[in-house]
Amino acid sequence: MDLFEDPPAQPGNQPEYTVSELSGAVKRVIEGEFGLVRVRGEVGRVSRPASGHLYFDLKDDRSVIAAISWKGQVAKMQTRPEEGMEVVATGRMTTFPGQSKYQLIVEDVAPAGAGALMAMLEKRRAALQAEGLFDPARKKPIPFLPGVIGVVTSPSGAVIRDILHRLRDRFPRRVLIWPVAVQGQACAPEVAAAIRGFNALPEGGAIPRPDLIIVARGGGSLEDLWGFNEEIVVRAAAASAIPLISAVGHETDTTLIDFASDRRAPTPTAAAEMAVPVRLELLAAVDGLGARIGTATVRGLGLRGQRLRDLSRALPRPETLTGTAAQRFDTAVQRLGGALGMAVARKRAAFEARGAGLRPEALRGLIARRGDRLEAQGARLLAALARRQERAVAAQDNWASRLAPALARLLARASGDIAVGRGRLDLLGQRLDAAPGRRLAQLAERLEATDRMRLTLGYRETLKRGYAVVRGDGAVVTGKADAERAAVLEIEFSDGRLVVGGGPAKPARGRKAGGPDQGSLF
Amino acid sequence: MSEKPIAEMSFEEAMGALEAVVTQLERGEVALEQSIALYERGAALKAHCAAKLKDAEEKVELIRAQEGRAVGTTPVEGL
Repeated sequence: MDLFEDPPAQPGNQPEYTVSELSGAVKRVIEGEFGLVRVRGEVGRVSRPASGHLYFDLKDDRSVIAAISWKGQVAKMQTRPEEGMEVVATGRMTTFPGQSKYQLIVEDVAPAGAGALMAMLEKRRAALQAEGLFDPARKKPIPFLPGVIGVVTSPSGAVIRDILHRLRDRFPRRVLIWPVAVQGQACAPEVAAAIRGFNALPEGGAIPRPDLIIVARGGGSLEDLWGFNEEIVVRAAAASAIPLISAVGHETDTTLIDFASDRRAPTPTAAAEMAVPVRLELLAAVDGLGARIGTATVRGLGLRGQRLRDLSRALPRPETLTGTAAQRFDTAVQRLGGALGMAVARKRAAFEARGAGLRPEALRGLIARRGDRLEAQGARLLAALARRQERAVAAQDNWASRLAPALARLLARASGDIAVGRGRLDLLGQRLDAAPGRRLAQLAERLEATDRMRLTLGYRETLKRGYAVVRGDGAVVTGKADAERAAVLEIEFSDGRLVVGGGPAKPARGRKAGGPDQGSLF
Repeated sequence: MSEKPIAEMSFEEAMGALEAVVTQLERGEVALEQSIALYERGAALKAHCAAKLKDAEEKVELIRAQEGRAVGTTPVEGL
């Protein structure tokens, strides 16, 4: 109908769309044609923003298709697309009109064949190994006899039955089973949580902390076992502080947890065998050791007893110790007499051999030779002596002639010196004679004067002039009152003492008192 | 012999110590007095090992977990 209304604007009979109309039309066509497709290709760039949706490319050698998995779809996926992985993606095509793009909404991704899955596994293994998670130095020894064993597995099924059965046979223990899904989406997070959960148990808590963990699963396809290849499981196993045995699948199946575990068991039954020793064997061994202790001790005592007896038998008698020495001594004594005679004979022979050369003729000849030499020397000696004497006489005459004048000079100088010395000596002698005489006369004179002074001052001189000293009871009396009080009076004159009244005065007391009182008389 | 007391030893430690005692005694290089002491120690070690071996009781429990933590156990029979 538009054709007629607006003919000049229409170059042909083509309908005119708006951009949105065309985009919508394309979208309908694409979605209608490719409502459900499976695409095989290599995963290119992968990005997962915070929204949780997964954006990635699918590509082959010539083309690229953008792919999206919404958050809910990603959660349900068995396999996450990873860059470089060959996958078969299932989904539907749609467009994104805002950017003129067409893209694949991916609902599920499956690895394209076992080869691709293995390649991915190998890549992941290499990455974790590079991190050091599989380092042999990290491996912990499995305890010889664990008290409590933690088993991470499905609580139903043959695996746990096999393990418990084998433990029962060998050494019954306490077993804690941490039930987990062993395949499917839930497997990896549950197994990882169980390993961490066992490690989180405190020592001595209500639930005992296991001494050993066994992570076990029966055989299955690569896909069935995939959970044990997941990184969280591998990391949990590597981080476990409790020693961990992995027993996943059959002997030919290897999962990544086997690399991170401390020990890999080919089967769950083998894991139980690694976990505990055989009790009966140990009992036998302990009994055996006990018996050996007894035997060894008894034997040790027996051996010592035997050795003691042997040694005491082997102790020699004293005679045997001295016998040899005694015999040697006897032999020596016997040989001593003969030896002395032989020694004398040998010395004599030596003496005679030397004495044979000592003859008188030889001596005489020697003496005559020496006598000749003596005479010759004597003649030379006389001549030499005469010469020597002549030289000495000549020298003496020479000296004598020089000696006389020298002596005369010496004498003349000496007699002069003597005359001067004698003069000085006389002078000094005169002074010496005079000095002591003068000094003595002076001293005598001073002595005489001093003595005269003494006599004049002494009270005894006063007595001669008619005075007297009166003493009463030994003390000097100078007044009448004192004299009357005294029992006995003693009067000293120049020629002696007279006692008046009482007995005679004690001479000792009187003399003693007289000294100090002398001064009072003056 | 300044090792840890026998009562605190694990089975493996006690077993190792017992073997060492037997070896020493059998080699016969120890002094007489020491051999008596070794004999006594060996007897004690043997008793300890035997007690550990006797203590062998099976007990199986299932862990009850909440958010990754073990919160209790349930006894399991008939597995």
